[in-house]
Amino acid sequence: MAIEHPTSQIGSLVSPFPHSKEDHVDADISVDVTSAPASVDGQAPAATVFELQGLEVHYGPFRAVRDVDMHIRKNEITAFIGPSGCGKTTVLRCLNRMNDVIPTARVGGRVLYHGIDLYGPEVSATELRRRVGMVFQRPNPFPKSIYDNVAFGPKVNGVRSKSDLDDIVEKSLRGAALWDEVKTRLKSSALGMSGGQQQRLCIARAIAVEPEVILMDEPCSALDPIATARIEDLMQEMKDTYTLIIVTHNMQQAARVSDRTAFFTTEVNPESDRRTGTLVEFARTRKIFSNPADERTEQYVTGRFG
Amino acid sequence: MSVVVDTAVSSDAAVVTLADLAPRRSWRNTKSSLMSALMGLAFLIVFVPIVTLVFTVVSKGAGIVFADFPAWFTDRIPVRGREVGPGMGPAIIGTLLITFTASVLAIPLGILGAVYLNEYGKASRWAQIVRFMSSVMTGVPSIVMGLFVYVVFTLRFGLSGFGGALALACLMLPVVIRSTEEMLRLVPDHLREASYALGTSKSRTIATVVLPAAFPGIVSGCLLAIARAAGETAPLFFTIGIVTETNPNVFSGPNTALPAQIYSNAFTIFDGAKERAWGAALTLIAITFFFTVTARVVTARIQKKR
Ligand SMILES: Nc1ncnc2c1ncn2[C@@H]1O[C@H](COP(=O)(O)OP(=O)(O)O)[C@@H](O)[C@H]1O
Ligand SMILES: [Mg+2]
Repeated sequence: MAIEHPTSQIGSLVSPFPHSKEDHVDADISVDVTSAPASVDGQAPAATVFELQGLEVHYGPFRAVRDVDMHIRKNEITAFIGPSGCGKTTVLRCLNRMNDVIPTARVGGRVLYHGIDLYGPEVSATELRRRVGMVFQRPNPFPKSIYDNVAFGPKVNGVRSKSDLDDIVEKSLRGAALWDEVKTRLKSSALGMSGGQQQRLCIARAIAVEPEVILMDEPCSALDPIATARIEDLMQEMKDTYTLIIVTHNMQQAARVSDRTAFFTTEVNPESDRRTGTLVEFARTRKIFSNPADERTEQYVTGRFG
Repeated sequence: MSVVVDTAVSSDAAVVTLADLAPRRSWRNTKSSLMSALMGLAFLIVFVPIVTLVFTVVSKGAGIVFADFPAWFTDRIPVRGREVGPGMGPAIIGTLLITFTASVLAIPLGILGAVYLNEYGKASRWAQIVRFMSSVMTGVPSIVMGLFVYVVFTLRFGLSGFGGALALACLMLPVVIRSTEEMLRLVPDHLREASYALGTSKSRTIATVVLPAAFPGIVSGCLLAIARAAGETAPLFFTIGIVTETNPNVFSGPNTALPAQIYSNAFTIFDGAKERAWGAALTLIAITFFFTVTARVVTARIQKKR
């Protein structure tokens, strides 16, 4: 695997990454006792949240994804990119066991969350999902008031006191950069909001239960560019508190917001005509977009394929 | 047209005159007006019987209902048919009590059954059997349901309002199951997923997301079932008997209800009794109308809140 030195200058490539967090990376390294090279790819660092080992998912007899190995780190934004049908959503939904809801889905390999095998017999998907939240492709607020949408998760988790709930609702809505727009109409229906507001409400709803990780499956694909920009800014702010994993169709978005990027693609199966997705390359976003190790990645990011 | 397209000519050709936009006399337009006329006719066909029915019942029944008000609602039913004048209190109370008891029996059971079918059983064998049985039950004539309750309940415990409520509950149950299942099916899966993603268990999701989302539809289905049950005559004959005094205890002793009174009073040769039959019919229509309107208002309120 390629080793990248974060201090190395790739002058011409800095500008497309306005949010690139050089400082952040340096800080990480200074914490490391060893002066060990900034080995950002490959080795498992202390701050690994998820570790996927030979992950493979079948829907019935159809193998949708195979051989996904990666480490996802705390307080970073990891982006999944790739052509449609390559299994980005499928892999993402393995991380909070959302695939359990699909009767035909079967997960093979291992998904470790802080070293715990998520598909082990003693893991409760419900407990897991309190720690690993999710924002979906289409905004899906409950047909309830704005307040009740945000208060839903905390209530389920046993928060009863009205004043505690008020505080959580305000904090979460502020966290999703929505408070100022809705503070005067908390009791009105969530369905009366714009698409972008609904999606930020879904983010507020997810952070109200104080998860560690938030998974986002193409959170901006149903939104206009202005709403998209707001959510991208929000992701940058959220990264200090949460670990974000986003699926995106939009390479510019991955380049703008993420620290690391995983590129997936599909391969023709020898035994059937359906295509199976697989992970091609996982590295720092700057590297994926400037100097990818794999030819397929290069073709994809330069727009010659997919 | 020449092969060489002159730009001036082509822009001329693009000019649209008002005549181009005028409606064309075509078969399509004729068909459209024909269909509109047919729809108007269909509306009349539905409208005329309803108006005639309401007009007849009101003109023949209002007199006795409002004669020395509120005697109709409080007085006992005259024992002799030839007696003239109001008194339907026992039947009004009987109808309300028996229908209420039937609803208490059928609605919770029916909703739970529908929740099982749509959320747990789905396409499993057992669920298919339950679904089939409930549709068979829908087709059972009400008089047969009355006979059934007569054999299993009334023969042992004697005539009582509760027997009538059992028979009505048997008639309501499949209606409640079917309409509720239909409404639950309409709740989109993305709402369930949104709830699971917050760490909510399946049962909690059903209670706090699925049922509330389907609530307006479930309410109107149930009220329809209640309105239907309130008008049933045949099953009550075997099970509640027919008395002329109020029996507030549904669990023991014979009772009476409006449909039974309509039937028995209409089949006499006395004008006094016949007038009471019209009055009872008007009262019954008013009660069912009240339920239906309440249902609409409640549903509209809830939907507006979202
Ligand atoms: N519920 C499902 N049942 C069967 N096949 C599915 C299901 N969901 C996804 N797939 C298949 O799995 C493959 C990967 O899908 P997905 O993860 O949605 O890809 P992506 O999000 O990258 O577009 C596709 O071939 C898709 O048809
Ligand atoms: Mg997808």
